[in-house]
Amino acid sequence: MPEKLLQVEALKKWFPIEGDGLLSKNQNIVKAVDDISFYIEKGETLGLVGESGCGKSTAGRVILRLIEATEGRIIIENEDIRALSSKKLKKKRKDMQIVFQDPYASLNPRLKVGQILEEPMSIHINISKKERKERVKQIMADVGLNAAYIDRYPHEFSGGQRQRIGIARALAVNPKLIIMDEPVSALDVSVQAQVLNLIQDLQAKYKLTYLFITHNLSVVKHISNRIAVMYLGKIVEISERDEFFENPKHPYSQALLSAIPKPDPKLKRQRVILNGDIPSPVNPPEGCRFHTRCPYVMDICKSVQPELKDAGNNHFVACHLESVITRKEE
Amino acid sequence: MSNVELQHNQAGLVQINRKKRWRTNASWKRFKKNKLAVFGAIVLITLLIVSVLAPILAPHNPYESTKGELGLFDVLAPPSGEHLLGTDSLGRDMLSRIIYGGRVSLTVAFVAVMIATFTGVLLGVVAGYYGKWVDTVIMRITDVVICFPVLFLAITVATILKPSLFNVIIIIGLVSWTTMTRLVRGEVLRLREMEYIEATKAMGQSDFIIIIKHILPNIMAPIIVQGTLQTAEAILTESALSFLGVGVQQPIPSWGNMLNEATSIMVLQFKPWVWMPAGFAILLTILCINFVGDGLRDALDPKEKN
Repeated sequence: MPEKLLQVEALKKWFPIEGDGLLSKNQNIVKAVDDISFYIEKGETLGLVGESGCGKSTAGRVILRLIEATEGRIIIENEDIRALSSKKLKKKRKDMQIVFQDPYASLNPRLKVGQILEEPMSIHINISKKERKERVKQIMADVGLNAAYIDRYPHEFSGGQRQRIGIARALAVNPKLIIMDEPVSALDVSVQAQVLNLIQDLQAKYKLTYLFITHNLSVVKHISNRIAVMYLGKIVEISERDEFFENPKHPYSQALLSAIPKPDPKLKRQRVILNGDIPSPVNPPEGCRFHTRCPYVMDICKSVQPELKDAGNNHFVACHLESVITRKEE
Repeated sequence: MSNVELQHNQAGLVQINRKKRWRTNASWKRFKKNKLAVFGAIVLITLLIVSVLAPILAPHNPYESTKGELGLFDVLAPPSGEHLLGTDSLGRDMLSRIIYGGRVSLTVAFVAVMIATFTGVLLGVVAGYYGKWVDTVIMRITDVVICFPVLFLAITVATILKPSLFNVIIIIGLVSWTTMTRLVRGEVLRLREMEYIEATKAMGQSDFIIIIKHILPNIMAPIIVQGTLQTAEAILTESALSFLGVGVQQPIPSWGNMLNEATSIMVLQFKPWVWMPAGFAILLTILCINFVGDGLRDALDPKEKN
């Protein structure tokens, strides 16, 4: 069995929101991430999917301790990240990096590309200035940027090129885990494919492990080994990629998959249309979070929260219905 | 893909030099277009040069009373060839005192603003960056200082500390950092959420370096603008304090304490040359600083198009 690089156990992130009045005591809590558990094996890509506001980006940031978790354990190579002192955490950051969604906001406009890429090296890798520059050039070549651009400012690049710089920055310290927080969502479709391929090439070259956060199922299908679906702070389904796309078990996943456009106009699609909006995470529904929109809702769903249960084939689903559901589309 | 990109790269390379200083150039262009700002800048630079060269340019010693034909002091003499702006109530040459007074007023303003800017930026950055209780404490202190009537506070402190040039600088510095703190805190709050700051945190960069390298350079523009406008205010405060007699003390000339002569109704009504030049000097300087400040604000705003 392959080694697990990252293990997340019962991770919670609750944001308190203060009441309106100065003296009001009743604090509301946003349960952005509520008790999620999963693991990522070395060298694989786990796609974390969900609609906006479901807590997937928060999960990514909590894992890196950019936001402190409320509860739970984050274990990277047998070390509990949450238990590390700030000094040890700083060292550990070399192993875990992040690539952000917005290539315009993720680069300091006042620094040249060379400076941006040198910064992580100067913190973690003890090499001379000259060697650093060599390494910067090499990484720029790795991500498909002309090394002659080293003295340019971010605003002189296109969105796709900027995202390459962002990826290069994450790569600069030879991390083991990279959290990709919607790295292609802000890019043009044509550029998306290029960047996705780059991300895959780099994974093969440097034996990287990815947590790939996105709302785009086609992207996730292209890049992931396994897929986890989040809904309102909870993981509702987690499975191998092919198994997920052929046999989605959770009603929410089925609805998501039925929404993917197909490039064949003659093909008849049966869409599962969900009613209503995603409920507010401030006061999430009792029982199964999805019961307000679920087409198969039963009484038990309104009171009992379903746990992730093994459905065979390394496929876990959190649904009271799991055995009943068959795929409707075929 | 790589082919297409390579061509693109080569075409891009040619542009590097032209585009390199793009940001600075665009700002400078916008500033040049603002005629009032350019006028203000020219006047201010002239004032600075005159102040620096005061010993050379001043026709008389500003501390010495001049004697007239009869061996009497030439008191309150109207403008003439000898004294271009006349003399004051002690017979000292007005033009020389205006020139030297500018030296004092500008120094007081610049040093005080430097103190205020340093304090303001430091507190603002700390409050904005660390947030939570640090933020609350600093901002409440700021609120308290804002609530104090500046002049009243300054007069009280000046009386306790004994009025002197040095004390005026300290007092103005101590009361005028609040706007800067609020401004900087707001900017830092905005920047703190930017992804590039998060990225440097994810690298394990220390807070100090993040502030110095990533936050400060990106809030320089508002700091410069606020600092400029604050200078005008500092000159006004200095003048007010000196006018009231708790600022710069005689015989050192400052524009404020020269205005003090106008408290005599006789001077005010019949000897306008004694107080009008100082008043005009203050007016002109503040006007020009504000012109330059407004110009800088528009010029440094990245959202502004050419």
